[in-house]
Amino acid sequence: MPKRTDLESILIIGSGPIRIGQACEFDYSGAQACRVLRSEGYRTVLVNSNPATIMTDSEWADATYLEPLDAEAVGQVIAREHPDALLPTLGGQTALNLAVELKRCGVLDRYGVELIGADVEAISRAEDRSIFRETMIAAGLSVPASVIVTSLSQLDGCPLPAVVRPAFTLGGQGGGLARDRDELERQVARGLRASPVGQVLVERSLHGWQEFELEVMVDSAGNCVIVCSIENIDPMGVHTGDSWTVAPQQTLPDVEYQRLREAAFACARAVGVATGGANVQFAYEPASRELALIEMNPRVSRSSALASKATGYPIAKLAALLAVGYTLDELPNDITGKSSAAFEPALDYVAVKAPRFDWEKFGAEPVLGTEMRAVGEALGLGRTFPEAFLKALEGLEQELPVPEFSGAHLYFRYEIDSIRAAEEELAASGDIPTAKRFGLPDSRIARTLGISEQEVRSRRGRPGRLAVDSCAAEFEARTPYFYLSFEQGDTVEALEKPRILILGSGPNRIGQGIEFDYCCVHAARSFRRLGYEAVMLNSNPETVSTDYDTSSRLYLEPVTLERVLDVARYEQPQAVVVTLGGQTPLKLARALADEGVPLAGDPLASIEAAEDRGAFGGVLAELGLRAPRWGTASTSAEARELAREIGTPVLVRPHYVLGGRGMRVVRDAEALEITEPVLVDEYLEGAIELDVDALCDGGHAWVAAVLEHVEPTGVHSGDSACVVPGPSVVAALEREIRELTDALAGKLGIRGLLNLQLALHHGHIYVLEANPRASRTVPFVAKATGIPLVDAACRLMMGARLEELGLPERAEPTRVWAKEAIFPEDRFAGAAVRGPEMKSTGEVMAGGRTAAEAYARVLRGAGHGHATGSIGPSLQELEITARRGRNLGRFEKSS
Amino acid sequence: MRKAALVLEDGTVYRGRGVGAPGISAGEACFTTAMAGYEEAATDPSYAAQVLVFSYPLIGNYGVDPVRMESGTVQCAGVVMRSSRPALAVWLATQGTVAIDDIDTRALVRRIREGGVMRCALGDAPTDELLRRALAEPHIDLDRMAANGVVRSPLAYDVCAHEPAIFGQGPRCVVMDFGCKRSIVRRLVENGLEIVLVPGYWDAEAILGLRPRAVLVGNGPGDPSQLDGAVETVRSLLGQLPVFGICLGHQLLGLALGLETFKLPFGHRGANHPVRVRDSQRVLVTVQNHGFAVHRSDALEVSHMSLNDGTVEGLEGENFASVQFHPEAAPGPLDALPFFERIASACRSGRI
Repeated sequence: MPKRTDLESILIIGSGPIRIGQACEFDYSGAQACRVLRSEGYRTVLVNSNPATIMTDSEWADATYLEPLDAEAVGQVIAREHPDALLPTLGGQTALNLAVELKRCGVLDRYGVELIGADVEAISRAEDRSIFRETMIAAGLSVPASVIVTSLSQLDGCPLPAVVRPAFTLGGQGGGLARDRDELERQVARGLRASPVGQVLVERSLHGWQEFELEVMVDSAGNCVIVCSIENIDPMGVHTGDSWTVAPQQTLPDVEYQRLREAAFACARAVGVATGGANVQFAYEPASRELALIEMNPRVSRSSALASKATGYPIAKLAALLAVGYTLDELPNDITGKSSAAFEPALDYVAVKAPRFDWEKFGAEPVLGTEMRAVGEALGLGRTFPEAFLKALEGLEQELPVPEFSGAHLYFRYEIDSIRAAEEELAASGDIPTAKRFGLPDSRIARTLGISEQEVRSRRGRPGRLAVDSCAAEFEARTPYFYLSFEQGDTVEALEKPRILILGSGPNRIGQGIEFDYCCVHAARSFRRLGYEAVMLNSNPETVSTDYDTSSRLYLEPVTLERVLDVARYEQPQAVVVTLGGQTPLKLARALADEGVPLAGDPLASIEAAEDRGAFGGVLAELGLRAPRWGTASTSAEARELAREIGTPVLVRPHYVLGGRGMRVVRDAEALEITEPVLVDEYLEGAIELDVDALCDGGHAWVAAVLEHVEPTGVHSGDSACVVPGPSVVAALEREIRELTDALAGKLGIRGLLNLQLALHHGHIYVLEANPRASRTVPFVAKATGIPLVDAACRLMMGARLEELGLPERAEPTRVWAKEAIFPEDRFAGAAVRGPEMKSTGEVMAGGRTAAEAYARVLRGAGHGHATGSIGPSLQELEITARRGRNLGRFEKSS
Repeated sequence: MRKAALVLEDGTVYRGRGVGAPGISAGEACFTTAMAGYEEAATDPSYAAQVLVFSYPLIGNYGVDPVRMESGTVQCAGVVMRSSRPALAVWLATQGTVAIDDIDTRALVRRIREGGVMRCALGDAPTDELLRRALAEPHIDLDRMAANGVVRSPLAYDVCAHEPAIFGQGPRCVVMDFGCKRSIVRRLVENGLEIVLVPGYWDAEAILGLRPRAVLVGNGPGDPSQLDGAVETVRSLLGQLPVFGICLGHQLLGLALGLETFKLPFGHRGANHPVRVRDSQRVLVTVQNHGFAVHRSDALEVSHMSLNDGTVEGLEGENFASVQFHPEAAPGPLDALPFFERIASACRSGRI
């Protein structure tokens, strides 16, 4: 069927802020959908509250609303835009829930908006556990046995071991595992107490079974294909988002795999998925060959993003096209350009996904369970299992040992054991080429042989470039999507125009998230517009940057020195961009420069000057700028002396610890005791903190925005809510900030983006930090001002002057905009307590006519309702002049 | 470690590790892109005289179970892999199959894709000897066999049963055996049929003497145009009772209908081939394993078409139906399984 012509405009709902369990994979899917629907001639309307997304850039949809994702706000958008249809399957659970709510409260019917991709009945058949169970059983599919229990006298006939799930409690609260009758009695008693309705579900535990996921595509003609199978290396009991996974599945004989495939189709049809992507999860017990259906998502999911990147099959794009009426046979396979989309990708490599955890940020024990804890993921592609596995491990950037998987299938344990065996063999033989072909990274080889990575490189030859072609080389691939392996590479034509290599930011983590992917994606588009070929290197499968459409050429590889140098050798880039992907590429800058790789914007000197506190203090002193006084101490006596000299209160933190971990405020210098070397800083208590994002051309700076933090100093800037224009940023203050930014940028010779963290304390401006790179706030500022900051930065990096950019005299935010942080307090106790250590996973943005209105709206977008107190200062406090009066000092008088 | 090599007839050498039986083996190198089902593939008689290259790099992950074999023995002339597990290597060795791993199979697949299927030899002998063996190997297609003056007897008659055998209960269906996979027989029996498997070279009179309700012309190796006798048999059967075909059987049916067959550059082998059912939007993801195909995709009888290259994937007409792909799968998706229900219903009604 060709596409529907009775629809003119389509509303797409995003997934809101990045949270654990719902991350940037929905920026990827939503951006793909917006783009393809727009190119099909539909008017697209997008609502999302997350400013760091690519999809909320004005060029992706015909109308974009940065609004809270609740029925009221989206209802207002519908009333204004009158879309013909709502596509709810690309914005995660948030969009799906919102669509159901809009339908139930009558908004969709009132405005004649058709739900496409999935209807409300199908959504509830998949989402409501008891309806889902009934639907599956009616379709002849097996689900784990379970019994509903309301009293301890009903335990006969309950399955064992069992998972006890109290009814109507959040996040599995009050539930647990029962291995025997005694435990069952205890758990049920506890569950009955926890459940407000005195009811628990006793479900057979499939702990230890193998776990599989299948990614299904369905079209309106009833055709179904499996895009990819995914096998969890961790067995059942660990959330799939927390599991190491591998695609395609490795351990099922074909005949068993086909049972899963048939069951996945039967499940999708029984639920009633109209069109698009769905994800079906299974548990399988090899000894008995028992198969149980665990869950299905009638939408594009995190696993869909993974499956897309692992195979090259653009699931979200096709889901959008299928939703408007196309059938699979009508759509081409983009990768080959010749064959059809109605097929199942064949891989000739293996893809391993590793979860990234940031336990120490939350002071939590690394215990995995049925609730997701991972904050990000890295993907590794390889021709052998160890190669892919070790790439994923390296991609995490955490220097972890090879993990052990005690409950895993023997096959995986064998493969993982073979890594140690290969290292032993290497130690004995010194045969580096064999170790490379096996899949050992340079760093492991260097460690094993006790030589430098540089020497390893000189003795190992170079890897081939292999295309992710969806067809195992059966057809010629057109799509420029590659990984590296020590095989004979595919024949790849050199890119015509000069290349710029953009280094991505690796897996999401606390402190480095989607904002940097936003910057990298913008850079790719900008450089292409500027007449370059943009080459992207990144390992994060959730992102827009690892969509093969984003750049001229994509390498899915860990962002490490080894892979960057290998890619650089192939591409011979005119410049490598290290300043847009956060710390990940930045920390490679020195080593890359030492290897003779040209860096865009020549940032090394400024990076090093800004990072070294002593050197930076010297720069500030030369310019006559203030910074908090500080010093280091290794004994308590030294520390006390320092505290007296600086003047209390002071901030004390262990030396060599990054972020704000272990930081404390000391008010009494004489009581200061330390057990390890510390940094002692002047504490600007109650100061107003300001964030400055600026563009620099090597001589001068142009300030794009001065953001005022809602929280006072002492709260990590990434966790602070902020407002622009800041109510305290009066004209005189802004003028002085512009002057000091200009001076600092000139002194450091920065070309590109500069972020400054300032504190305003008793009439003085203190420079806390200078970051000569893209900051977390770049997307927010770009959206608030309408100035394409990254595009400008790309031109500056390539040598343009500020005056050539056609920037306005002064950036004016389009209205007052506010940003608020989102914390994983539902996963980690105390995660919402703001302090010097960053804990937030994402952010929301909202606008208003006044700061108070914008802030209120952003709190609503963050799901904080009208709360005050621990959430942040009250709205009144933001506007009243108590802290302004205290801090503005002379600026108040002069304005 | 046993060093071994694979040499293509164009002289390309791939070095690896011998993991199966010792010695040398030669055949036509062809690749499958199926990611699982290595036992099924290696024991599929359609791979006779072919060296089977697995494009998926990790082979043998879930061990070996004879239950999954598609015939009594490994049928392909050799196995080429990127990496293999020890249990598989042992099995191949006991089956007397020469096998090699640690081969850059992606490079090899690209070579075959670009240069077409080629003869090859593999084993632990010097490469010049392997090249001689590759060049001495007869071609599989009749044209080149004739041009080289080395015409071997049809491969299908080497691998088929020479005595009839009976399976299952129900209305009788004769399967002409040219190297028929066990799964075909199993699927027919599951559909409530009695199957009489007869040698592919039996003539129509002998087949009709069994009083079947329908005949299925089965799969098998080699060039269909070498099987004049079988084509003649199918032609005589047509019109007398429902005639079905799978793979080689489909090609023989095409020849019997007066269509022509040709050799594909590198064949279709895998578990992900999309096929469109004519005049519908229905797409089947099919299992394929064929080096030859029926010409003339515009012929009236064409019922299925490949979405990848537009080649003929099925024929249908007055009391006959055939498919180029493998509805029995093994290994691969089961989308086309209803084909066996059609055979069963024809056996019950006498009509397709």
